[in-house]
Amino acid sequence: MSANYINITVEVWRQPGDKAQGRFETYSLQNISTHMSFLEMLDVLNEQLQKEGKEPVAFDHDCREGICGSCGMYINGRAHGPQELTTACQLHMRTFQDGEHIVVEPWRARAFPVLKDLVVDRGAFDRIQQAGGFVSIDTGSAPDANEIPIPKPISDYAFEAAACIGCGACVAACKNASAMLFVSAKVSHLALLPQGQVEKRERVKAMVAQMDAEGFGNCSNTGACEAECPKGISLSNIARMNREYLSAKLSQKQYDK
Amino acid sequence: MEVKLDVPLLTSSIGKKLLMAVTGLGLTFFLFGHLAGNLLLLKQDGGVAFNEYAAFMKSSPPIWVSEILVFAGFVMHIIQGIRLTILNAKARPVGYKRNKGSANSTFYSRFMSVTGTILLIFLIIHLWSFFFKHKLLNLEPGVDLYTAVVLAFSNVYYTLFYVVAMVVLAFHLAHGVQSAVQTLGWQINPKVARCIQNIGYALAVLVPAAFAMVPLYILFATQGIF
Ligand code: HEM
Ligand code: SF4
Ligand code: FES
Repeated sequence: MSANYINITVEVWRQPGDKAQGRFETYSLQNISTHMSFLEMLDVLNEQLQKEGKEPVAFDHDCREGICGSCGMYINGRAHGPQELTTACQLHMRTFQDGEHIVVEPWRARAFPVLKDLVVDRGAFDRIQQAGGFVSIDTGSAPDANEIPIPKPISDYAFEAAACIGCGACVAACKNASAMLFVSAKVSHLALLPQGQVEKRERVKAMVAQMDAEGFGNCSNTGACEAECPKGISLSNIARMNREYLSAKLSQKQYDK
Repeated sequence: MEVKLDVPLLTSSIGKKLLMAVTGLGLTFFLFGHLAGNLLLLKQDGGVAFNEYAAFMKSSPPIWVSEILVFAGFVMHIIQGIRLTILNAKARPVGYKRNKGSANSTFYSRFMSVTGTILLIFLIIHLWSFFFKHKLLNLEPGVDLYTAVVLAFSNVYYTLFYVVAMVVLAFHLAHGVQSAVQTLGWQINPKVARCIQNIGYALAVLVPAAFAMVPLYILFATQGIF
């Protein structure tokens, strides 16, 4: 397939620092190959800006293959842009029309403060993980396959939940800036498996408390998170976390005295 | 793992939602009871059955208790709804310049606070017209409840307002029922989730439609259309 070349304008949020005032700036780009990824387009923009002696646009990126979750940005009113199940680095310029005006904004949430331009601080996710998103004891190296029998549907659910890359698109797209999809993916993936089950009550309580302390909003089940998640994390994880949380809070441990 | 972090249930985000869900579902069950009573208005007996029902509602202590529960449910649902709406707005102090909510969610799921507020206005007017004026305060002695209802709904604008409120209720329930069940953690299985969604849609259409039927019938009957 031969590449087409398109001309576009991009309107990008520019903010010099975390305390600074920000504003939108519009740039024109000529002859952008439709084979480019969205981030490559931003690279071209940054080269152009540097040649003009201007400050390049700061944006997060690492793997550029859709697995690290760094490249969060709001593109034309959608988290990671218009294509489903796709991170910004995997979004290609062929999804845009010649002459299109593309608005690029950072994730917007109180819990994700903007550090610079499109870069936000997602440390809140790390702190939620540190509150309980792990197994406390060393469970040794990976056991032999089928040594611990796990029913296929359970291992499927756990695997699907473990696919979360912590990108924050769920928070960004949610009208309440709620982190429920992310936290529920982490809670589910551990609560479903034997190694994680032991601590599941303490884990869900601690992770939810940390999530609330970080200033995320309250889920109202609109489903925007699931629709915008690049990894297709399911809302059923949120149902599972609600159930885990309510049963941890409302029932006694079997060994409580 | 020690529990380093924990908060009382009702101060957590999930706990706040639990209160919303329990009161919301409670109010949905109240709607069934209320509807059953209203349908007596359609009986062609000059209001005998409906007035008997109204007299029973007025004289039965268990009914008073359940009325207080419904009232408390409304108050908690409304206060918690307003609180959550404010908290959620604060979670995103700076909004987006371009935001395509329609690409990822239904408009009625995003506008629960708007449909809720319209329902609150309806509720105040509705309670005043019937509950306060005729039941609690008896401001028009001599007018029985059946006559009062027929008088109110023979007014085109009053009936129109009622029907519009029922459309709004339909949208509130279309998201509300499935949302509440999700909050309670009862739809982990995607098949169950779909089933509950469909039950929610069915309730959202049937219940408000049945409510709206009564004033429309009375309006058409008093205009001599039937
Ligand atoms: C007959 C009347 C009503 C019924 C049956 C009803 C039912 C429901 C249900 C089932 C929910 C879903 C609960 C959840 O998301 O977990 C809900 C949510 C909500 N209701 Fe109502 N409701 C009624 C009246 C009202 C009124 C008068 C208000 C006024 C403020 C209101 C405001 C809200 C709001 C803001 C939500 C969304 C809360 C959230 O998603 O966080 N509702 N309602
Ligand atoms: S749940 Fe999906 S959208 Fe949210 S952080 Fe994980 S991968 Fe990203
Ligand atoms: S840069 Fe790693 S997911 Fe996009």
